[in-house]
Amino acid sequence: MNIIETVDLSHVYGANTPFERVAVDNISLSVKDGELLGIIGHTGSGKSTFIQMLNGLLKPTSGKILLNGADIWEKPKEIMKVRFKVGMVFQYPEYQLFEETVFKDIAFGPKNMGLGEEEIKERVLQAADFVELKYELLEKSPFELSGGEKRRAAIAGVLAMDPDVLILDEPTAGLDPMGREILLTQIMSYHKKRKNTVIFVSHSMEDIARIADRVLVINDGKAVMLDTAQNVFSRPDELEKIGLRVPQITKIITGLKKRGYNLPDGVLTVEEGFDAIMRLFKSKGVGVCSEM
Amino acid sequence: MLRDVTIGQYFPGSSVLHRMDPRAKIVLLLPIIVFIFITKNYFAVALTTLFVFVLMLISGVPVKMYFKSLKMIIFIVLFTSVINLFYGRGEPLVQLGFIKITEAGINNSVFVAIRIITLIIASSMLTFTTSPTELTDALERLFKPLKVFHIQPNEIAMMITIALRFVPTLVEETDKIMNAQKARGADMESGGLIQRVKALVPVLIPLFVSAFRRAYDLAMAMECRCYRGGEGRTKMKVLKMSSLDFFAILIVFLLCIGVISCNVFLPAAVR
Repeated sequence: MNIIETVDLSHVYGANTPFERVAVDNISLSVKDGELLGIIGHTGSGKSTFIQMLNGLLKPTSGKILLNGADIWEKPKEIMKVRFKVGMVFQYPEYQLFEETVFKDIAFGPKNMGLGEEEIKERVLQAADFVELKYELLEKSPFELSGGEKRRAAIAGVLAMDPDVLILDEPTAGLDPMGREILLTQIMSYHKKRKNTVIFVSHSMEDIARIADRVLVINDGKAVMLDTAQNVFSRPDELEKIGLRVPQITKIITGLKKRGYNLPDGVLTVEEGFDAIMRLFKSKGVGVCSEM
Repeated sequence: MLRDVTIGQYFPGSSVLHRMDPRAKIVLLLPIIVFIFITKNYFAVALTTLFVFVLMLISGVPVKMYFKSLKMIIFIVLFTSVINLFYGRGEPLVQLGFIKITEAGINNSVFVAIRIITLIIASSMLTFTTSPTELTDALERLFKPLKVFHIQPNEIAMMITIALRFVPTLVEETDKIMNAQKARGADMESGGLIQRVKALVPVLIPLFVSAFRRAYDLAMAMECRCYRGGEGRTKMKVLKMSSLDFFAILIVFLLCIGVISCNVFLPAAVR
């Protein structure tokens, strides 16, 4: 079943002024329930505009967004309900923290939903669990936390609304490799446990390759590719033309293949690449003693 | 929503007004404003209004932008002009209890409305046709005599530049934070006044935090580049008065003479 569908979705900034610019140009897309969709695109390609339309923060200039089959702009007064169902984590979400304590900040969303105190508490603790935020941090001021903790607290603020669709805009930007790894794992385990839909926007091809079921490539406001990660990353020339690239490991393996080594197609992660090369060594009878 | 604020925006162009020396523009704006306000009869008002409208048309800035900046103050215009309607001496034309409307009152309210509108158009014209850098350069030069009072014009200029530089950044930041809070269900569009003010807290706190962070970062960056107050620095673009500016001075001078002679030789409509 499709949870979100867009039909010929377009957005034009500053329509009818000299500054008119088409940010999103006729994108039609269906996102299946429980899918993990990755979105990649160059800076300014329109991906941020696109995702902001999905939860009703921006009104499309033309086209429709269907959530569970119903047009979200049919009743503009109830757009808030859409925002609770489609949770959005913006870039650098830590800059939105404002409450006295982390607990209160995470509770901001559930409170706006009008939930009871008991349920709010339960949801805050659950969200804190998902992002592995220690309970003793909940009573601290959000401004006392470290950068990575702030980021996780802010993400918990959206998770606490328990959205059916979770949109993350470059959640790993500006984190160190360790923080990146932790966050990615948490997102994947959240997705596995809750079985809800996740839309993940990133500049990092490695991240996308690792977690996405399908990948949408946006260029100049248009959807240029929509396919499985393997298929998208098997078209490196086209990607490079629009300023994107394939994951490094994919590049290495395809490079080796071109030189005549018998390696499989569609290798996306370092682990897969490692296994493939080890198998090749074994088949050639080369003894390697290594661990990874 | 915040993008609709047009007062203080700059529209690049190459009109006569764009090419004028910013110092001349600032200095000439003062007599124009003064003479807009001392008009005493409809001939004088017609003269100043015509003057401002002609300038508006040759400024090369879309007329729509001027109306946009007027939209922000339409309430003030209406309010003052309605108040003025009831404060006129003389024979009442209409009398409703203690409220009376006289001919002088009607004149007053029309004058006030026209004066404020032309004033806003004239001053938006300055910012529409002068880039912020030009503006601060000119102010720095114009403030130079204040050195006698130990006021450092170059420091003031730096502060103005920084403030102007951060306006768009903060507008963008506000937009972002508002969106983030809206995504968490913050309601900023409905409710009474108190509710709306309360709804601003989740926006203002992060905004202040980030403004302070930016300020510290900027101070650090300036110190790293050995900024010591910038006294005696030379300019990349040296301001120069051209024949265009002297011509402008002449025109404004003629306008002043025109307004004064209208005031003196023709009957006054308002006090």
